[in-house]
Amino acid sequence: MAELKLFRTSSSPFVLRVVWALDLKGIQYDNIFEDLSNKSSLLLQYNPIYKKVPVLVHNGKPLLESLVILEYIDEIWKQTPILPEDPSERATARFWAKFGDDKVLPSIWNAFIKQGKDQEEAIVTAQENLGCVERQLTGKKFFNGETIGLVDLAFGWLANLLSVFEEVCGVTLIDHEKFPLLLEWIQNFADAPIIKESWPPRDKLITRYQALHEVHTSKEAPK
Amino acid sequence: MAEDSVKLLGNWVSPYSLKVKWALKLKGIQYQYVEEDLQNKSPMLLQYNPVYKKIPVLVHDDKPLAESLIILEYIDEVWKQNPLLPIDPYERAKARFWAKFVDDKCVPALMAAFTKKGEEQERAVKEAHENLKILESGLEGKRFFGGETIGFVDIAAGWIGCSVQMTGEIIGINLIDAETMPLLHSWFQDFLEIPLIKECLPPQDKLLEYIKELHTKILTAAST
Repeated sequence: MAELKLFRTSSSPFVLRVVWALDLKGIQYDNIFEDLSNKSSLLLQYNPIYKKVPVLVHNGKPLLESLVILEYIDEIWKQTPILPEDPSERATARFWAKFGDDKVLPSIWNAFIKQGKDQEEAIVTAQENLGCVERQLTGKKFFNGETIGLVDLAFGWLANLLSVFEEVCGVTLIDHEKFPLLLEWIQNFADAPIIKESWPPRDKLITRYQALHEVHTSKEAPK
Repeated sequence: MAEDSVKLLGNWVSPYSLKVKWALKLKGIQYQYVEEDLQNKSPMLLQYNPVYKKIPVLVHDDKPLAESLIILEYIDEVWKQNPLLPIDPYERAKARFWAKFVDDKCVPALMAAFTKKGEEQERAVKEAHENLKILESGLEGKRFFGGETIGFVDIAAGWIGCSVQMTGEIIGINLIDAETMPLLHSWFQDFLEIPLIKECLPPQDKLLEYIKELHTKILTAAST
């Protein structure tokens, strides 16, 4: 049997994508939990450039960068495909996954760590980006259609972290009026079998992000 | 395939549209090229790429595609001749990793080296050197990232060699030198020797003028 190891933390958005992809395809693997404040020598050996998780090691060969890992998984294990077959649909999926990482995530993170006027502006940007995402869900249960795909996995962090961010910093980023489809998607994704089995416990996320919020907001001078 | 069905919206100075031109040329794909004025973007561009409003956009059978690396993968999937990505999934993953490394790590450091001054510039140059040295390791001693012939990463990264040469002249710092980066240096020389690569390059003297002007504008804006 092929040897598959996943270097991970319990709830990193990037790690969870890989966990969900492997679980959706019913692939067996060993979990190696990393303490990011004390990284193992194996992790540093497998990912010397970024020194980050996730790292998927398949038969001794390391795969890095979560979206690259997802494409690899989909190419090796053909059951339950996460990318469509049609090349233009594949390109569209890759586009939105990248948009999520390049624009949505940083803008929501900014809204989370900023204060005062900076935060107000950050929220506007985050909501503009979320508006683009909302429109992609028109007429669909998941970004991939009837089943979960690459874009759903790429945005999975939104489903478990958005409400955590909102609670920790006391702002509302998405509401039922402006983002009905996104809120519905969040519910559908969180309820999906397999996905919910690896759902990070909310109380742990609150604790973690509360601590992160304090660290970041004590650095930033309020305006 | 009829030229009408493939259209590329690009700009003559953009390395991102250059990458797509190289891929189309490598595969012998006929296409219609539309030069976009980035100070005055066409309604067509805004319609085809409403999210980023940027070039390159490849339009194939009326379907628009954006983001240069995503366009390259699409081209590779639709037109199978002269493949850009390797067949083996692990090698493909490595190629995607390096192409992303170029955009995420090399490009920002090179931009900063070009646009900053003083200590900030020194830090950026150091970071650019480090990242280029790491990129060199991705060659794994081969002539090209694609092996004996150019592939995905060569096309994704090759423009950096041209850019570094020009910006190096302007800022007086040699970022890919033969001594500290012999393999990357010779890779770039070999890459430029390839006829189809050379043929797609914008006129170099015109480009140098453009970049010089840009540099002056940036430095002036930074000091006001």
